[in-house]
Amino acid sequence: MTALAEAVAGAGGVAPGTPARRGRRGAGAWRYAVLIVLGVYFLVPIAASVWFTIRERDGVSLETYAEIPGAEGFAEAFTRSLALAGLTVVIALVLMVPTVVLVNLRLPRLRTTVELLTLMPLILPPIALVVGVRSVLAWAPDYFFGTPLAEAFFALQEPALPWILVFVYVVLALPFVYRALDAGVRGADLRTLTEAARNLGASWPRVLVSVVLPVLRTSVLNASFLTLALVMGEYTIAVILGFETFPTWIVRISGSQPQLSVAVSVLSLVVTWLLLLMISALDRRRGTKEST
Amino acid sequence: MLLGALPFFLYVAVFLLLPIGVLAVEAFRATDPVTFEETWSTDSVRAITEGPYRRAYVGSLQLSLITAVLGAVLGLALAVAILRARRGRLLRRLVLTASGVLANFGGIPLAFAFIATIGTSGVVTALLTDTLGLGLGGFTLYSMAGLALVYLYFLIPLMVLTIIPALEALRPQWREASDNLGATGWQYWRHVGGPVLAPPVIGATMLLFASAFAAYATADALVGSTVPLAPLQIANALSGDVLVGSENRGKALALGMVVLVGLVMVFYAWVQRRTQRWLA
Repeated sequence: MTALAEAVAGAGGVAPGTPARRGRRGAGAWRYAVLIVLGVYFLVPIAASVWFTIRERDGVSLETYAEIPGAEGFAEAFTRSLALAGLTVVIALVLMVPTVVLVNLRLPRLRTTVELLTLMPLILPPIALVVGVRSVLAWAPDYFFGTPLAEAFFALQEPALPWILVFVYVVLALPFVYRALDAGVRGADLRTLTEAARNLGASWPRVLVSVVLPVLRTSVLNASFLTLALVMGEYTIAVILGFETFPTWIVRISGSQPQLSVAVSVLSLVVTWLLLLMISALDRRRGTKEST
Repeated sequence: MLLGALPFFLYVAVFLLLPIGVLAVEAFRATDPVTFEETWSTDSVRAITEGPYRRAYVGSLQLSLITAVLGAVLGLALAVAILRARRGRLLRRLVLTASGVLANFGGIPLAFAFIATIGTSGVVTALLTDTLGLGLGGFTLYSMAGLALVYLYFLIPLMVLTIIPALEALRPQWREASDNLGATGWQYWRHVGGPVLAPPVIGATMLLFASAFAAYATADALVGSTVPLAPLQIANALSGDVLVGSENRGKALALGMVVLVGLVMVFYAWVQRRTQRWLA
């Protein structure tokens, strides 16, 4: 399990900085073969998608991209996904920042359990999880009908802003959020800092807000961006529970407007790219600050 | 202090463990088609081991196993290639950033990018058939092979990201020592590099397997239900037919996926213990 946990740490998408040993001269033309073949494999679909969206009968035009904002249902689905992402980020952080700090500073014996639980969503197929969630939601009409609990269940499934998606997305984000925050807590000497704050008379909530959060700023941003990317692209849970989000909207319009669906896909690739560039820029800034 | 960790455990219990537990119980329930009475029964669980459902599981296992191994090999090759490249700082940065993006670029947008490329009216399809007159040689995107090609697009970057830290942990001194002792490159990898890398490589391959096994969005957008895959069968059972009991079959199918992933994890833990003993 530990190697898997190590493996997840890398999935965050931030480039590690240590340079490796220089290669030996002449050894390995295979390296160029690998680079060329995989380079073609990774670039062709992107180039082809872009070409697919800009070609017209008489040349090239960006019209498809201009159509996106006004497309039927786009604004609604996109803002809903953004709102879901924002709520997921907030709940995931409120839940995990205190937990990670506590586990590292005060409750180390819970570490293994917490680690295992946060890794579970990575291994567990989301489709299996969502079938379980659906079964639980079905209890409301089946068993609790007419009770306040049933009302609460129905409120969770409001199509305009389905909170149930937020709660399930928090679970899906746990592996990334936990790993990002855990790395931040271990990197900073949080124990000394919190002990100093406690000795000076700060309460625990005060310590969390004025000491822990500023120290963890980069990790918190890292976790937030990854969660944002995850929610904006999540399809399985939303479609099985029957809600329309950004990805399910793309699929809905793809039949009638293939060019538009590809254009939106290209754009979402660009946005993911920008988000991750921001993470790595932030990471580098922290790196230079620490070295001076 | 223990109270502080309570919200986390409560949350995980309600939104992760409860749904899975409910799945495990309700897969063994059946609804009578006439009286709508619920009883205990193993009908659904037995049904999913036969016919199309069995084929779906086998298909899913095959696809994820093949793509995980291919993704691991190619990802490892790419990682080694960029780490050992001369003047490779820029190249390394580029590949790592791209991997970070592409590993997170799964699901729906990926499916449409491939449809635009080698789908029925894709750009490359048109180029190969109309312009060059070659055709795709029987390849179609809407098949098991097509899915494998698409899955590798996020599995290879995932492998690069997860294995780079392990590769960087290989100390140059080990290689120098083995060179000085007269070992060949093969001997170095056979006796030093390989054994040290084995646990992280196996771990990363498992991660790839799990992501390929769970992938639903890409498959749904590409092939609908024409290719036998467990996630597609689950979605079918939940929405497609309105037969009484198909809901329970969906639960049984989902439980089956959880059990299969669990078995694979047990196997993984066993392999990890073996390799650790071997290293010690």
